[in-house]
Amino acid sequence: MKRVGVFVCHCGSNIASVVDVKRVAEAANKMQGVAFATDYQYMCSEPGQDVIIKAIKEHRLERVVVAACSPRLHEPTFRKTIEKAGLNPYFVEMANLREHCSWVHSKDKEGATLKAIDLVRKAVSKVNKTFPLFPGEIPVEKRCLIIGGGIAGIQAAIDVADQGYEVVILEREATIGGKMAILDKTFPTMDCSACICTPKMVDAAQHPNVKLYTWSELESVGGYVGNFEVTIRKKARYVDLGKCTGCGICETKCPKKVPSEFDFGLGQRPCIYKPFPQAVPNKPVIDAKNCRKLLENKCGVCAKVCPTNAINYEDKDELVTEKFGAIIMATGYELYDWTKDFGEYGYGKYPDVIMGLQFERLVNASGPTMGKIKRPSDGKVPKNIVIVKCVGSRSTEKGKSYCSKFCCMYTAKHATQILEKIPDANVYIFYMDVRTPGKMYDEFYMRTKEGYGAIYLKGQVSKIYQEGESLVVKGEDILAGKPIQVKADMVILATAAASVYDAPEVAQKVGFSYDKDGFFTEAHPKLRPVETNTAGVYLAGCCQGPKDIPETVSQATAAAAKVGSLFSKDKMATNPMISEVNEKLCSGCGLCIPVCPYKAIELKTITERVHGGQVQRQVASVNAGLCQGCGPCTVACRSGAINLKGFTNQQILAEVDTACL
Amino acid sequence: MSVEQIQQAEWTPKIVGFCCNWCSYAGADLAGTSRFQYPSNIRIIRVPCSGRVNPHMVIRAFQKGADGVLVAGCHPGDCHYSTGNYYARRRMLLFKRLLEYVGIEPERFQVRWISGSEGQKFAETAQKLTEQIKALGPNRKLRDVR
Repeated sequence: MKRVGVFVCHCGSNIASVVDVKRVAEAANKMQGVAFATDYQYMCSEPGQDVIIKAIKEHRLERVVVAACSPRLHEPTFRKTIEKAGLNPYFVEMANLREHCSWVHSKDKEGATLKAIDLVRKAVSKVNKTFPLFPGEIPVEKRCLIIGGGIAGIQAAIDVADQGYEVVILEREATIGGKMAILDKTFPTMDCSACICTPKMVDAAQHPNVKLYTWSELESVGGYVGNFEVTIRKKARYVDLGKCTGCGICETKCPKKVPSEFDFGLGQRPCIYKPFPQAVPNKPVIDAKNCRKLLENKCGVCAKVCPTNAINYEDKDELVTEKFGAIIMATGYELYDWTKDFGEYGYGKYPDVIMGLQFERLVNASGPTMGKIKRPSDGKVPKNIVIVKCVGSRSTEKGKSYCSKFCCMYTAKHATQILEKIPDANVYIFYMDVRTPGKMYDEFYMRTKEGYGAIYLKGQVSKIYQEGESLVVKGEDILAGKPIQVKADMVILATAAASVYDAPEVAQKVGFSYDKDGFFTEAHPKLRPVETNTAGVYLAGCCQGPKDIPETVSQATAAAAKVGSLFSKDKMATNPMISEVNEKLCSGCGLCIPVCPYKAIELKTITERVHGGQVQRQVASVNAGLCQGCGPCTVACRSGAINLKGFTNQQILAEVDTACL
Repeated sequence: MSVEQIQQAEWTPKIVGFCCNWCSYAGADLAGTSRFQYPSNIRIIRVPCSGRVNPHMVIRAFQKGADGVLVAGCHPGDCHYSTGNYYARRRMLLFKRLLEYVGIEPERFQVRWISGSEGQKFAETAQKLTEQIKALGPNRKLRDVR
């Protein structure tokens, strides 16, 4: 038995108001092996930690149990505390009296106190079986991969590259820029989006530390923090980036035109194209699904007109594998597809019912209408325009349950843009609530309403249908308490911001968690908002949840700072809680090898002395750099030769025994 | 406690929950932060991954007097270690059938997938498990005779 110290935390009143902490400490004092037990208001505070350090010295404690909050929150804190007192940092165990006891049994004080005593006893039994652990060291590959080349990825890339580290931006489209490149203006300053986004794109592309992989997809990710091995699929572009000068002759000569994805089908593009004129890299790509040369082996005009012979119809997808130390996820968002759920708005069959991003193209000077607001069906300038907010947002029935955050501001922006370009227009905005927190945001909304005279109607739209040349929007004005009908020339739907369709797949490839809506989960909503639970993987922008440009940019910079601190050391400490093979017991059967997801176990040959002779045999061996400490190998082992340090069989069984007392 | 003692005292079930650190333990933490209430019978043992749970540990819990055992991990496909819960699923499925063969009621040993965002589900699982085991009464079959 070791000399164990038990420290029971009140957590202010969080624990103490339900659990009788004094009784828990008294009970702990009587437990086998416990040399000292006390309670304190806030164990994690500096004086609280001093209580622990003092007690370790005074009572010659060898192991420590802190009965407080979840180990997921403060285990690292208390490890540092006892390290200061000269103990091995892994000699501390936490009993979770807050999340698993006081907060969930607040109506059953007696039951909670008894459970708290049990949890402490369980922790004492486990900590008694703890062995000293020592973290290893692994080198850090000081290169950062950024997945997604929107404004989040670009900002993060520039910030990491400025710290002196190499960066690769992986972008599946032919250009970086993302959604911000599509926008016309940004609220609330009404800056031209392209004027602030495109220079940043160029900065990133020309930065000596930044490499761009556009028109490329993530294939697979292996390894772990500091040493990720990433395979990237460079999709066939059919244009040699080395030879192409971006002159654009091919684009003008291509005979086939298809709807442009960048303009959401409102404009046309050739089959060899740059998504937009300021694309970075400013070189085209051939659309293999539509190109006549690739489909039917006819045409071939682009190759004939290309002055540098850059067209290569034989181009193939190429896989490249590179090593990275950190990954920043910046995969962004997409608009929720309203056409499948909103039959009352016509399932997308009325051409003049459009989404917010489509309107951005309509009003954009480089868009299909050169910035003149014309409705898509007949090109007429609309006079009566209805904007419907929260289409698919804040709804438990269809679409998404959350608020998409930026729609209130962009609908206000759209209203001012319409009223500036068409002064005699009437803009009606149907809303559930107007939410405009942010610097100068509410002022902007008030200006839209009072200065520009946009008509805000509180209520939802029940139906939109075509009547002659115009659309009829039926809704209600709940402030006036009556149904309302508006004859509109064009309707703009502020559809929810949703996660990218394959976000869960990407998260699984990289190996971190996502929520029910497909947004990536941060390690802690308040204290670790840009990290994931997977070490070395960080989040920036809308992939984590809807947010506007300023927030996205700040998060990108924050993620870059995190990468910087990871890369500031040449070597990083590894988690010592990994598998360990007892070679005496190991029979070398190799059953643990296929179970390991990290390929961390292999067989090695050892030489043993048996009856005076030398015998060679095979045993399993764990690569400490690869093992992540998950533990399925320990169960696969028939002879119980593999154990997981920090979660040994003996520790868990001791916990089981005491939990069942 | 022997079975006789149990019959005399007012009996409440004893449940051992093995929760993986990344999903189910986090889900139990979330139940706490969201203040979802559930009965205080369950004692949670934190393991790195549901794949770390050896059937041996479950047997030991029953032997030592647990009335119910819960093994909880990330949803299939969402394992922090990519495949650990698949092993748990296969092992525990087989093991459960073995327990049933021995005569253990299926409700006593349950395997659940609870993500870090499912605090409500954790609380509901703990609630339901307690009710089911209360209805079954104490575990007599596998308990050590002491």
